Parts: sequence; structure tokens; C-alpha cells
Amino acid sequence: MGNVGAKEVPVLLTPDGRRIDGRRLDELRPIQIRAGALHQADGSAFVEWGQNKVMAAVYGPREVHPRHLQQNNKAVIQCRYNMAAFSVDERKRPGLDRRSQEISKVIAEAFESVVFAEEFPRTSIDVYIEVLQANAGTRCAGLVAASVALADAGIPMVDLLPAVAVGKVGGAIALDLRKEEDNFGEADLPMALVPQSGRLVLLQMEGHMTEEELAQALELGVSGCRAIYEKMKAALRERYSITPPSGGAA
Amino acid sequence: MSEEVAAEIRTTHILDLAAEGRRLDGRGPDEYRKVTVEPGFVASADGSALVHFGETMVLAGIKLEPGKPFPDTPNAGVLSTNAELIPLSNPTFEPGPPQPGAIEVSRVVDRAIRAAETIDLERLCVTPSEQCWTCFTDVHVLDHSGNLIDASLLAAVSALAHTTVPAKRFGIAEADYPLQVQHFPIECTFVRLGDAIVVDPTFDEERAAQGRITVATDETRRIVAMQKGLVGAFSPDDVKEVVRRALVHGERLRAVAKGDRP
Amino acid sequence: MLVLPGEEIPSQGLKPGPGTYRVGGKVYASILGLLSPRPPFVQVIPLSGRYIPRPRDVVIGTVADVQSTFWLLDIGAPRWAPLHMTGTPWKVEVGETERFLKVGDSVVVQVENLDPTGRIGVTMNGEGLGKLEGGTIVTVSPARVPRVVGRSGSMIQTITRHTGAQVAVGQNGRVWVGGSPDAIRRVSAVLWMIDEDGQRPGLTERVESYLLATLPTSESGREEPKLGGAPREPPAERFVAGDDGLATPEEAEEPEGEEEPEEPGADQD
Repeated sequence: MGNVGAKEVPVLLTPDGRRIDGRRLDELRPIQIRAGALHQADGSAFVEWGQNKVMAAVYGPREVHPRHLQQNNKAVIQCRYNMAAFSVDERKRPGLDRRSQEISKVIAEAFESVVFAEEFPRTSIDVYIEVLQANAGTRCAGLVAASVALADAGIPMVDLLPAVAVGKVGGAIALDLRKEEDNFGEADLPMALVPQSGRLVLLQMEGHMTEEELAQALELGVSGCRAIYEKMKAALRERYSITPPSGGAA
Repeated sequence: MSEEVAAEIRTTHILDLAAEGRRLDGRGPDEYRKVTVEPGFVASADGSALVHFGETMVLAGIKLEPGKPFPDTPNAGVLSTNAELIPLSNPTFEPGPPQPGAIEVSRVVDRAIRAAETIDLERLCVTPSEQCWTCFTDVHVLDHSGNLIDASLLAAVSALAHTTVPAKRFGIAEADYPLQVQHFPIECTFVRLGDAIVVDPTFDEERAAQGRITVATDETRRIVAMQKGLVGAFSPDDVKEVVRRALVHGERLRAVAKGDRP
Repeated sequence: MLVLPGEEIPSQGLKPGPGTYRVGGKVYASILGLLSPRPPFVQVIPLSGRYIPRPRDVVIGTVADVQSTFWLLDIGAPRWAPLHMTGTPWKVEVGETERFLKVGDSVVVQVENLDPTGRIGVTMNGEGLGKLEGGTIVTVSPARVPRVVGRSGSMIQTITRHTGAQVAVGQNGRVWVGGSPDAIRRVSAVLWMIDEDGQRPGLTERVESYLLATLPTSESGREEPKLGGAPREPPAERFVAGDDGLATPEEAEEPEGEEEPEEPGADQD
């Protein structure tokens, strides 16, 4: 976000409404989701979303480490969002910086809003998100991957949690920003939706928008989330569906 | 997934099988799991490779940045190797500062890369005493199902072999150019299971192991690094035997890595 | 029918059971699993995830920690299960627990009670319960236990008939296998096959053809397989889930390989 370097600002929106990568304002980048990508984890998912590559794993519910975090009446949900050193243009020092810790916290709280944590008192549900390649929207890609991983791990919850960022580029409200749009655009608004209730459990915003634009952005984000929701369900169905008897010759 | 606590009877079973020259997953004592190398997995890195050893999955990424040479090596670039055993990869890992196991993997991989002279460090020097490239190798273990050392080095060297020096981006040269790998070290790790010494241990075999030994060799048949780990002992004859086996495996794995070049 | 968290399920007047929740008169799935009406409840049977203990389940655990009056067992559940020294057939004095079971030892125990704090009480008093000696433990997904057992124990019979191994299935997906090292290895391979591939039809055929293809050659074993003959006597001292009424209720209702395939296009918009 913001005017990084303030060099030549690329043309973010053409007069006929095309974005820097040719998308329309309400168009998502290509998304591929694979449920069950890892062997060791209780649940896992790998998400490729535009130029983002994100792996998520879930362990638990299991005994809480460290013990003092244990809650008597429910599971604690611990999230670790981390970026690989090579995931961004400028090498990132390994380890959690303040940004990663903040994102970990808001993601954990988003999941706490939908997981039936009271079914597993005194346990921990550990959600790990590793960003392997980043190009704007990694927290949303991480949330989507982690949500599919939670379902893969058999964790009970109200719903899957699709997420997407909406922003303002070239004066227009646009869905699913890529890096140039994030860097040079006027606003960024990531959100996560509970489709069952239509409510938002993650919402952040940075930049400038009018009241009308915000309303438009929310509407666009919700419809984007619903499209992503279908892809999440399809990924889980693919992993768990049963091959029809006629299909696979053995 | 692996249990957090190793069952003693399974350890005994692994040892019983080894005594008959067999292994839990049906492999022979001198057989690797299926090894695959996928270079260029991460576009944001200057070089990268995703490596599978069966269910073990390791991603290495390379980043080059301009820096200053060390005073005692004014004509050489700088190498830095770091392995992260992130808690995503195994139920027994916890978040927090790097564990000794992660540091050991980092250092054993680093030693093999240095000692084999994998990269000609003088070619990473831009202006003696003034400017050079710092080459960061970051190894990210995604699924730990055993034998991280071999998988990590294979990922690291495969990534280096597919690295582009971002000279143009940093205004150091007119154009980017490929980083040349002059030697290709391969690490082979063996564990003792009773009287048997088996290659490429799984996570359960590592938990059952009575000693681990790693031998790094390069394509000129030089032995460039070794590491004995875990509780247990090897005789000098054992060491000679694993070196002989490591040379054979090294040649094969090097071919796997090179064969997968795009 | 496969359902996912958040999907509305036709309740047809049934009450929301395990794996579901109700909001505003509608019932939704809370977990990924198979929809299973069981009047008066509608429930979702999990296809993944950790073992969720139920009273009377017989499970296999490994000692994770030893305290002065109890052991903590890893049974693959959300929490470690305490086995109190009085819950054993032994005379254990306070502080002497480690003489009987140490970290890494494996046991067959039965879930006795669950309290609202998530504590899982287990006992080793009962027939077929006790410390495991020899053999090994193979872990499969708890959701695969009905497949491992087979209808009325048919899968276990197939496995034991072709290998001469002994097999005891814990409801938590931990399977004890005893016999010669090679028989154990072949059974392990079969169990992994069921774990990976247990949803596909034709499982019994695949298992049998693997076991026939891996029959030991004459010099390496005394496991003369009795193909098509009477099953070997079930291992006497070991419980075999499915033969002793301790198996899950699902097992009877989930005939192998007969789930209807997914309706194509069900999730299209």
C-alpha cells in the first residue's frame, strides 16, 4: 500500500475498464486449491492464487503448548502466518515480524468466530500458514488455504471462510488486487465472509474511500468471496469424492 | 501423520525387519524413496527448487543482494545458508527460536556447499573490498517425513543451479546472468538399525536409529563433508562402506536433479 | 452423500445430531463427512480428523508421560488420556508406575468415561485389554476403521487368512499387528492401502490381489496360506473389533464400496 518510491505510476486502469493484467474490475485472478497437500499434518491445503503460492497445515485439536494458554471451556486457536525469506522481491529476514504477528492474530480471531471450539476444551488447534511466493492478497490466500485445511482436518465449524481483498485503483473499486494495484492504488480492503450467515469475520482497510465507495467495495467483496467459496468446496469434494465404479479400471 | 510419541514396539519391529534386510515401506537397505526435483517453483526467488523424497517435501529459494566483502576475503562474495524446520512440517515441531535440529541441518548443508566449492565465490565479487553479491540460500521444510539433510542439500544445490544473478535489477550490470554452479555436492544419509545400515531413513526409522551418518560427495568423487548424528556409533569400516555407497547414490541423484532441468 | 461445513442439509424433521448444527430452523453440516440420517437424528459421519473418543471404545495407545499415580496415553485423540494405576490389573504402589509402563510402551485400553472438560478416562481392566508385547502398530485414519474391519470382520479375516498375522483394531485407527516380521510388513502395506484408497470400490479384491502377489517364497517362511479355506482361528487373546460388538455403529451401515458417487455438477453455480 501507499506510494512506494513514487517512480512512474503504471497505468492501473485503461479507459475501457481493463486492469494492468487485463482483468475487469470484478474479475478474480485464477485460483487453484488442492486439499490434503501434506502428509504429516492433520489437515492441509495448497493455494495458488494469481502469483501467490501459499501452504497451510492444521494440527489438532491437540494438547496445548505452552500449557498456560490452555482454556478450560474451549480450544485455543493459534495461528502462525509466516513468509518465506524468498517469497518477496526483497529478501525477508526469517522469522515473524510485526506485520506477520498482526496478521496471525486477525486470522486466528476470524477462525475463532466460526470454529465450534467449545467441543474441545483444554486443547489447541494450530493453524500454520506459509507464504512461499507473494503477490498481494497473501492473508486472504492464507485464510482460504487454512480454512480448507481445517475442513480437511475434520474440525467442526459454522462454515468455510472465503476471503478476498477489494481495493480502489485508478479511481474505481476493483476486486482482488495484484501487487502493482496494491502498491499504487488508493485503497485496500481485505475481508473474510461466513457464507452461511453473510457476516464478515475479518476486515481491514487502508487508504481512502468515500462512504459510497466503501458500500460498493463491500458488495463486490462479498460476491468475490462467494465465488471463492465454490472453489473451496470443489477442492474438498475432489479430495473426498468417491470414484464412480465405472470410472477407474483396476 | 506421525504420532507425537514413538511406540517402542514399532521401533523393535523396524529393527527386526532390518535384521532381515527389509524395511517397513518395502525398500531395500540401499534404496532411496522416489526423488523428484522441480526447479523454478518460486518466481519471487532468484532461483528455487522443490524436492520430494517420498513424502518428505523441501523447498529451497535463493536470493542475491549486493553487499560488502568480508575484510579477510576482499575478492569473494558471501554465502549464507539457513534452514527453517517450521512447525507446519511435523507434529513434533513447535513455534519458537530455531531448534538445534534446524541449526544442524543448516550447518551440514552449508558445509557441503562451501567445501565442494559449489559456487565460485570470486565470481560473486563486483569490486574487491567494496562490493560483492551475498547469496542467501533459504531452505523451507514443508513436510518432514525423514532425511531432511539430503533433501535440503539437493533442493539448495538444484536451486543454485537454476539461479539468475539479478545484476540489472540492482544496477550492477547491463543484464542478468546465470549463476554458475561449478560443483554439485550430494549428501547421503544412513542410519544404523541394529547391524544394518540403511540409506534415506523415514521419520520412524530416524526415531528408531542407533546413529546417523551423512556423507557429501561431488561429481569428481571428492568427499566434501560428513556428519555423524544421533546417539550411536560407527566403526571405521562402516564409514568406508557408507562412503562407497554415498558415491554411487550421489551420481544417481545428481542425474535426477540435472535430468529435471527445464 | 458428502457434505461440507456450512452446507444446509435436508433434516426432514430430524433433530440435529453429531456433525451438524441448527440455526433459525435450518440444519447445517459442521464437519466434512457423509450425511447419515439416524432417526430421530440426522448426523454427519466424519471422513477425516483425529479420533473422537466414545465410551466403551477399545483403543490402542502409547504412553506419553508417567506420573506417580497414572500414565498419560497418546490415543490419537485431542487430549492425552490418563490411565490411573487402579485402572490396571496390577497392584501398583504410588510412585511405582514406571515399573509397569514406561514412555513408549503400548497398551490396549477401553474408554470408560468422558467429562465436560475433555478428560478421557480409560481403563485396562477388562477382557482383551493390557500391555502389548511384540508386533507393531500401524496408524490409519479413524474414519477408515470400518473399512479395516470390513463387514462382520470380513476384511480382517481376509488379511489374517493370507498372512497368518494377528490383527487387533483399535477404534482410534491404531492397529496392532503381530506375527513374523515379513507378515507384519505385508499387513502394514495392506493397511496403508486401505487408509489411502479405502473409499474406492473393489477394496477387498485389491487387498486380496496384493496379498496373493506378495506370498512369501517357500524358503522364507512357514506361513502356508490357506486360500479359500476356513479362516484361521481368530487370535484368542486379542480383541478383534467387529467380532466382539465393540465396533462403531457406522460399520454395519456402511457397506464397502457402495456409497453413491457424487452427483456431477452438484456444486456448480
